[in-house]
Amino acid sequence: MSNVFVDNKSFNFKHEAKYSAKSEPGINKGLIEEISSYKNEPESMLKQRLNSLEVFKNTKKPGFGVDTSNLDIQKIIPYLRPEANKGNNWDDVPYEIKDTFERLGIPESERKALAGVGAQYDSEVVYQNIKKELENIGVVFLDMETAVKEFPELVRKYFMKLVPANDHKYAALHGAIWSGGSFVYVPENTEVSLPLQAYFRMNAQGTGQFEHTLIVADRGSKVHFIEGCSAPRYNIHNLHAGMVEIFVKEGASVRYSTIQNWSKNTFNLNTKRAIVEENGTMEWISGSLGSEKTMLYPATILKGKRAHAYHLGVTYAGDGQHMDTGSKVIHLGSETTSNIDVRSISVNGGWAFYRGLLKIAKGAKRSRSSVKCTSLMVDNDSRADTYPVIEVENNLSDIGHEAKIGRIGEEELFYIMSRGLTEDDAKAMIVRGFIEPITKELPLEYAVELNRLINIEMDSSIG
Amino acid sequence: MGGRSVSLLKIEDLHVKLVDEDIEILKGINLDIKSGETHAIMGPNGSGKSTLANIIMGNPKYKVTSGKIIYDGEIINDLGVAERANRGIFLSFQHPPEINGIKLRNFLFTTKQKNNKTSMIEMNREVETIIKNMRMSSDFLNRFLNVGFSGGEKKKNEVMQLAFLKKKLAILDEVDSGLDVDALRDIANIVNEYKNNSNGLLLITHYKRILEYIVPDNVHILMSGRIISSGGKELAEQVEQSGYSFAVAESEE
Repeated sequence: MSNVFVDNKSFNFKHEAKYSAKSEPGINKGLIEEISSYKNEPESMLKQRLNSLEVFKNTKKPGFGVDTSNLDIQKIIPYLRPEANKGNNWDDVPYEIKDTFERLGIPESERKALAGVGAQYDSEVVYQNIKKELENIGVVFLDMETAVKEFPELVRKYFMKLVPANDHKYAALHGAIWSGGSFVYVPENTEVSLPLQAYFRMNAQGTGQFEHTLIVADRGSKVHFIEGCSAPRYNIHNLHAGMVEIFVKEGASVRYSTIQNWSKNTFNLNTKRAIVEENGTMEWISGSLGSEKTMLYPATILKGKRAHAYHLGVTYAGDGQHMDTGSKVIHLGSETTSNIDVRSISVNGGWAFYRGLLKIAKGAKRSRSSVKCTSLMVDNDSRADTYPVIEVENNLSDIGHEAKIGRIGEEELFYIMSRGLTEDDAKAMIVRGFIEPITKELPLEYAVELNRLINIEMDSSIG
Repeated sequence: MGGRSVSLLKIEDLHVKLVDEDIEILKGINLDIKSGETHAIMGPNGSGKSTLANIIMGNPKYKVTSGKIIYDGEIINDLGVAERANRGIFLSFQHPPEINGIKLRNFLFTTKQKNNKTSMIEMNREVETIIKNMRMSSDFLNRFLNVGFSGGEKKKNEVMQLAFLKKKLAILDEVDSGLDVDALRDIANIVNEYKNNSNGLLLITHYKRILEYIVPDNVHILMSGRIISSGGKELAEQVEQSGYSFAVAESEE
C-alpha cells in the first residue's frame, strides 16, 4: 500500500460535479455545493467556499508545530453532510468526559449538548431577553449562517478578509467547510454592558468544529465576547478548525475571552486575528486546556496610530498533549502599544511550546511592547519550550522581553504540605497561583470553573 | 516533671543525613517533650538545629538513617509531610518561601478546612482577631503568600498561622532572627497565648533574648549534630555569658 504513489494531477477529473459526492472520496466541489445549497447561501458565499477548497488542495501543511500525520481529514466528511445523523450516542461519550460533567455539576440538560449528542441546551428564554436589549441599542448578535443571509453586505465586506484562505492550509479548509459561529456588529459609540456569550448560541447542529466568528466593533464602541464554555466538549470528528476575525474600528475596544477545552482526541487548529484602527484596543484572554494537539496563535495587527493590544493567555498541557500556542502582535501604526503575558503549565508528560511573534514595522515609530512568557513544569516528565521571535524595524521603539521556564520548587511544595495539604493539592494550589493573573481577568463563573478544571485535571494526572 | 504528663514528642538516638549527600548531620539525638512543655534548642550555625526541625516535619530533603521519631505515642519516621501536619505538627519556617498568586486568606482557610470544618464567617472572625492582636494590617490577608513581606512580616505570618491552625506541637525555627523588640514581643504574646497543658513547643534559636519572653522548661545545646548539654533556663544564661565553648568544655569533662 505504501508503495503505491498516485500523482493527483494525472487523475484530475474535469467534471467533478457529475460524480455523486457519495461515490467519490475526499472533500470536493460536489460536497461543498451540497453544504452551501442546504444552507441556502447566496452565490457569493458558495464561490468563496469553492475558492477556499482550491487553495486547500494546493497548499502544504505548515512546516512547524504539532505532528498532524495521523489527522485524517477524510474522517470528517460524513459529519459535513447536511443530512448526516449528527447525533452521537450518549453511550459512546468517554467516561472521563461524563465524569468531568458530574464533578463540575453541569446540569443534565446541558451535558448532552456539550457532548454533541443532540438535545439543545435550553437557553432560548435567557437569550430572547438579551436579544431584545441588544436590538434596542442596535447591536447585531446572530449565528453566522443567518448573518450571511440577513446582512450580506457586511458579511461580504469582512468575512475572511482578515484571514484569507491562502493564509494557511487549515484556514483554507475552514473557508471551504465552515459552519456555525457568531456574528456581532456593534454600532458607533455603543457600549454593550453585558458580555456576549457564544454559549447562548450553541446548538446541536453547530457544536462548533468549523465555526466562524466575526466581530465588527464600529468607531468608539465597546464589547466583550466570550467564546464557548469551559466544560469539556466532546466531538467524534477529531478536528476543530474554527476562525475568529475581529475588526476594531477607531477608538473601539474589544475583549475576547475563551476557555478551550476540547476532548483529548481533538486536533485544535484554530485561527484568531484582530485588526485595530487608531486609538482602538484589542484584548485576548485565553485559556487552552483541552485537545490532543493544538496550534493557536491569537494575533493582533495594530494598524492605526496609538492602537493597543493586550494578550493574556494560559496553556495547559497534560498527559499526551502537545500544545503549540503563542501570541502574535504586529505593530504597523506609530505609537502603538502591546502587552503580552502568556503562561504555560506542563504536567505528566505534557508538552507546551510557546511560539510567539512580535513585529514592529518601520512605520511603527515610538511604539512600545512588553512580552512575558513563563512556563511551569510540574514534574520531570513534562516539557516546555519557548520560541519567541522579535523583529524590530525601527530604532525609536521600546521593547521589553522576559522568558522564564521553571519547575515547582521543592521548598514551596514542602511549605504548603507542612500545613496539611497533600502533594497533589499543593501542586494544584501552586498552579492556580501561577495562572492567577489570567483567572482574575475572567468573569467569575469562568474563573471558578477554570480552577476546578485544573484541580480535576491535576487530580487525574498526578493522583 | 510530675510523671503524669505524657510524651508528645520523643526522639530516640536519631541519625539524619541529607538525601543528596552522604554527610551525617544529626548523630544520635535524644529528646522528650511532654504535653505542656517548652523546650529550647540552642546552638551555633551549622550545628544541625534546622535539620532537626525539618526532619520532625518530614522534609524530603533529609532522611533518617537510624533512630525513632515518636509523636503522640506513634513512630512517625515513615509518615508523609501532610499526614504529620494533619496529626498536629507545625513548623514555623526559618525562611518561608514566597508563593505568587495564592492569597494568604485563601491559604489559611484551605489549610484549616483540611482538619476542621469551620464556617467562613467563623474563620474570618478568628483570623481578624489574631491579626489585630499581632498588630498586623488585615491587608495582609489579601496579599500573596509571603510575597514582598519583610523579614519581620514573614515571621509574624508564620506564628499567625500557628495561632489560627492551632496545632498540637509547634516547632519554631529561628522565629526571632531579624526581629526588632516590638515584633519579638508581638510574636511572644501570641506564642504564650497558644501554649497550654495539652500542647508542646520546640523553640530553635541562636539567642537568649527570645527566652526572656517565652520561658522554656528545658534548654538543650546542640553542637555538631549532638546534644551536648541539657538543663533548665539557666543554661541559656551561661551560653549568653561564656558562649558555646563552656558547654563543649563541660561535655568533654
